[in-house]
Amino acid sequence: MSSQAAPVEFHPRWFRKRVSTWWWLGEWHYLKFILRELSSLSVAWFVILTLFQLRALLYGAEAYARFAQRLQSPLMIALNAVAFCFLLFHTITWFNLAPRAMPVRVGGKRVPEFLVAAPNYALWLIVSVFVGWLLLRRP
Amino acid sequence: MQYAAQKPSNEAGFWLLFSAGGVVAAVLIPIHLFLFGLAFPLGWLTQPSYDYLLALARSPITKLYLFVLCALPLFHWAHRFRFTLFDGLQVKHLNEVIFTFCYGGALVGTVLAAYLLWRI
Repeated sequence: MSSQAAPVEFHPRWFRKRVSTWWWLGEWHYLKFILRELSSLSVAWFVILTLFQLRALLYGAEAYARFAQRLQSPLMIALNAVAFCFLLFHTITWFNLAPRAMPVRVGGKRVPEFLVAAPNYALWLIVSVFVGWLLLRRP
Repeated sequence: MQYAAQKPSNEAGFWLLFSAGGVVAAVLIPIHLFLFGLAFPLGWLTQPSYDYLLALARSPITKLYLFVLCALPLFHWAHRFRFTLFDGLQVKHLNEVIFTFCYGGALVGTVLAAYLLWRI
């Protein structure tokens, strides 16, 4: 507000309604928004886990066995189960966003949203099957 | 905040990293977390052996893959978490601290990933 240094006779008080910190709890749409934003914590959690896994791989077979054992603790299972749910939420909301962000038109008509989102799900399936195959095959 | 004298921002670059990370997180992370976080520890599926995983992690293509898998989602997190704190908790006066914490954290994670993959 430094540009308004000159005195003003009738300066209206700013009208700002105080918004509660918990504004997002009241309505499902707001809650969904915050949950979607919080899914980023699961993403960060996964990366941290992966960094520890790489460290264990680097340190040798025993270190890796300890890492794998730690993942079996009930706490880790619970954390990973919650994180997995949030990640699914992220994936689904992210894929369903694509047709909104980039409406596709064919012959002047808008392609239905599920048809635009469908390739995302197909890609997800193909990639998941490939990663699964790579980690489950026994050479 | 001074809207009048805004410098050109890097926001577009951060947003690009955010959305690239969002795609990587959406497509790749669920299967990884499902296998390593749930299916293997719970014994639903058999773990790959240490030697197999190490050999896999040592191939250059996997290294590149794992680097992308770590780095981009971290920047996705940084962007989203920054705005969660910013809007959700309305702590606008801490903007710079939050910015440093989020992107600094993402950068540290990226460097760590690069270092670990280089040593492996």
